[in-house]
Amino acid sequence: MAEVWNWIAEPMQYAFMTRALAAVMMVGVVCAVLGAFVILRGMAFMGDALSHAILPGVAAGYLVHGGARGPLFWWALGAAILSALGIGAISRGSRLREDTAIGIIFAGMFALGIAIVSTSRSYAVDVTHILFGNVLSVSPTDLWRIGVFGAGALGLVALLYKELLVLTFDPILAATLRLPVRLLHYLLLILLALAVVLALQAVGVALVIALLVTPAATASLLTRRLPRLMLAAALIAALSGASGLYLSYYFGIAPGPAIVLVCTVFFLLVFLCGANRRRTRT
Amino acid sequence: MNQPAPSEPLLFRHVTHTPGSAAVELDRLAVRYGERLALDAVTLRVPPGEHLAIVGPNGAGKTTLFKALSGLLTPSEGRVQVFGSPPRRHACIAYLVQRSQVDWDFPVTVRDVVLMGRVREIGLFRRPRAADRAFADECLACVGLGALAGRQIGELSGGQQQRMFIARALAQEASILLLDEPFTGLDLQTQHGLLDLLERLSARGVTCLVATHDLDLAAAHFDRILLLNRTVVACGPPAHVFQTEHLTATFGHHARTIRTNDGLVIIDGACCAPGEARRG
Repeated sequence: MAEVWNWIAEPMQYAFMTRALAAVMMVGVVCAVLGAFVILRGMAFMGDALSHAILPGVAAGYLVHGGARGPLFWWALGAAILSALGIGAISRGSRLREDTAIGIIFAGMFALGIAIVSTSRSYAVDVTHILFGNVLSVSPTDLWRIGVFGAGALGLVALLYKELLVLTFDPILAATLRLPVRLLHYLLLILLALAVVLALQAVGVALVIALLVTPAATASLLTRRLPRLMLAAALIAALSGASGLYLSYYFGIAPGPAIVLVCTVFFLLVFLCGANRRRTRT
Repeated sequence: MNQPAPSEPLLFRHVTHTPGSAAVELDRLAVRYGERLALDAVTLRVPPGEHLAIVGPNGAGKTTLFKALSGLLTPSEGRVQVFGSPPRRHACIAYLVQRSQVDWDFPVTVRDVVLMGRVREIGLFRRPRAADRAFADECLACVGLGALAGRQIGELSGGQQQRMFIARALAQEASILLLDEPFTGLDLQTQHGLLDLLERLSARGVTCLVATHDLDLAAAHFDRILLLNRTVVACGPPAHVFQTEHLTATFGHHARTIRTNDGLVIIDGACCAPGEARRG
């Protein structure tokens, strides 16, 4: 028993590990709750695009401010919101489908980011951090930012829960009830962008989509009520975040991929158990 | 209300219904999707409380008509009025889409869906109160689904799913109900149960517009029928509407009426797309 306790406590004697643990758990919860809307509205591609579209913002922020992390947050958020608005403008202003518009903006923004980065060789290491995360470098300020904005995002979801539910389940009802449909849609996109930017440091832009989609998808196999789905997704994400971090500490795996792998294992377990149950029932 | 308000509030109140106005009034309505003309020169007046069947083949513009009526799309030409003002000023229109367009795996219960009809009434940032829940349950009891309130929506049968959406319309306190192919995929007994329910709504003064391609059902249960094929082919009581020339204009050459001792028998070609009908 004492050994287990030591195993758990050992990494926590380092302040950077406790900060990392707090960060991945908070980010996991925020992403999981918004992820419920992502899987129900079929917005996985949008989420992936928003996370990649951050890159030019981060790169430009780097060029302008150097390594300071505070401004980078705003540059990243700005790039994500700009992309969301751009996708909306293209799909509404032309005959192109939304996923086509997402593809255009996604690739264009990502290319712009790489192009900016490639002008300066010394940033190569930092690009790896942007792509795959660097959760062990979370500072107390970063932690505060994640806490405040994460709580803000969850608060807005709670305040507008029933409106977002109607928009997700039945957009036509939302329109005939004359709810501010477009405003709600863009609000959801902005919250998604915020979640993605907060998750940037934990898992990196390339793997953010896993935090948005996988815990929510796992939870959706476990329950058929949305509030419970959100709660289960949040628990799974927090647990995955913590487990991934320990795996990273003890086995030397990069933390971002470790977290995502744990999420995936949870999903596969639930999926396979569910498949068995269905087979025996029929 | 000549001048539009300088800034529309986030949620405007219902406009009051103009006394003596028709529930629905269409004046030379035309809707174009790009170059394709989906509806042309549709003029129609539906008094409050009437039940009107809108009959036409696939692609006749029934769904487009409903979208224009509920303010989901802007007409290319002509005018749509609901109780004397444009539909977008009203939240009293309930549009029940075809069942095939609903995500029945969505993680909500029957009661959750009915409560959605109250969302506007409850107001932004607020949670449903006990009174709202009680009202939702009352609406469910009214359509005979009181015992199934806690079920996930995918567990309902086709007829129950349709009733659930009618309960939601009741919770919305809708004055106009637009039902898009509500009878598709239902057995006869269930169809009649649904028709009885619509009858009871009529007693409450709810105006119902029902899109269907089932000529027989429309003829048997509706006082007035609108034959639609991009434009109004005919509109009136079944005996007036169901003449060979009108049916041919609506469905192509497949639809025929045969006069028998029992009255009118319709051999309908509704299952055929317009192209197929022409080939046949």
